[in-house]
Amino acid sequence: MDFILNLWVELGAWAQGLLNSWGVPEWGVNLISDIVGALILLIIAVMAVIIFTPMERKVIARMQDRPGPNRVWPYGLLQALADAIKMLTKEDIVPRNSDRALHMLAPLIVAIPAFLVFAVLPWGPQVIGKDLNVGVLFIVAVGSIHVLAVVIAGWGSNNKFGLLSTFRAVNQLLAYEIPMVLCILTVVLFAKTMSTVGIVEAQTVPYFVVTPVAGMIFLICALAEANRSPVDLLEADSEMVAGYMVEYSGMKFAMFFIAEYVNIFAVAILTSTLFLGGYKFFGLEAVAPILTPVIVFVKAVFVVFCMLWFRATFPRMRFDHLVGFAWKFLVPLALVNLLLGALVVKLTDNVWGQAGFMLLSNIILIAITGILVNRIARQLREAPAIKRIAAVER
Amino acid sequence: MTLLSDYNFIGVYIVVVVIFPFIALGLAWLLRPKKPNPTKTDTYECGLQTIGDTWVQFRAQYFIYALVFVVFDIEAVFLFPWAVAYDQLTLWALVEAILFLGILTVGLLYAWRKGALRWQ
Repeated sequence: MDFILNLWVELGAWAQGLLNSWGVPEWGVNLISDIVGALILLIIAVMAVIIFTPMERKVIARMQDRPGPNRVWPYGLLQALADAIKMLTKEDIVPRNSDRALHMLAPLIVAIPAFLVFAVLPWGPQVIGKDLNVGVLFIVAVGSIHVLAVVIAGWGSNNKFGLLSTFRAVNQLLAYEIPMVLCILTVVLFAKTMSTVGIVEAQTVPYFVVTPVAGMIFLICALAEANRSPVDLLEADSEMVAGYMVEYSGMKFAMFFIAEYVNIFAVAILTSTLFLGGYKFFGLEAVAPILTPVIVFVKAVFVVFCMLWFRATFPRMRFDHLVGFAWKFLVPLALVNLLLGALVVKLTDNVWGQAGFMLLSNIILIAITGILVNRIARQLREAPAIKRIAAVER
Repeated sequence: MTLLSDYNFIGVYIVVVVIFPFIALGLAWLLRPKKPNPTKTDTYECGLQTIGDTWVQFRAQYFIYALVFVVFDIEAVFLFPWAVAYDQLTLWALVEAILFLGILTVGLLYAWRKGALRWQ
């Protein structure tokens, strides 16, 4: 019975024992299990593309009251496979004015950070690539390589749309990284560890309930970092065609496509790990450890669904508003929230006490922020036109 | 277990992840047709001929943005150990963190008032 319950861990131990009995030396066993684990993670990440492409198209279609893809058997669910075959057999066009080396390099780089994040995302207490003691820091560090790929792609294409997109990428991705890191910091403050498994274990109460402000800010920043509508200004189709990907075709474009969906999946799992309790679900993880990956996956799908919902609901933001929103609203709010967290953690050692106080202070913070924003907005609305423009400009 | 051996898996994973795009692009290289012509390899600009040089200089304003970003990113890196060890620290650590954040917030406000955060 124990075997069934702890299938994932037992399976790994069994495979390692088998290799040992064949007379493979210790380092060989480690190397082989590392390679197999890496391949499994890679396949899971690639599966994200096959699952989330049809999901996105179907969900968005339903929200816009149309059927969506329904030709590829069954119900259009294999659309992603059809797309993959098409991408593989498409001609690769390299513009003659482009910087060929950079143009080639960008699709190679873009997929790497997206996949790398999966190494530290937990699927269960022991079902994880590697439980680093600096897990979240690793995620933050690896995640910012993405900017580099976007800049190289936009610059190397020698295309005006691509260059505009590069300009935007530098601004948007950098601006939204700060509040994101501050929110992760708030979580680390409560969990007192940077390991992802440690953070999940520390969540007797999911951190989204403990500090909704950090959760909301993190979700917004995750949208911006994963480059999703309504904050997908890097590739805003209606303004810049496809931004930095405009000169890419065939498999090179597919690499950007894969990276985007893998990014979404990673961000969704990260959100569920940091804020929604990861592989925990009201004690179910203790009763049936075999279900932990399913719990994580369901939570991730829920987060992705929310992202699609945002996409279907909100119009795209203007760029100066977007960047201003990060610097002038999210960063100060995240800073205040961090200090509140520090105060609450000093105030009491009890987990429930901390959760209660933090939730209370967060509700007060939301109320104060709402009143302040409302007042400033009213002042601007009633001010004379010339002053209004000056205020917006500041 | 030493700290370094923790990263064995990360090393192997990086190799696998770096190989993956090469395999994907290599497969496409085998399967795809290759018939370039001058119209195809033109710079795409919605059908118009592109005019002028694309590789312009970045505006100096990006420098200020980057500066603000670096300041805050380093601040976050400094605060991560603070957050992990927070339980073992005295109340003074909280005061210090508030001072640290305060100085940075003043910096942000300064940049804001100076118009560095304005996009034009």
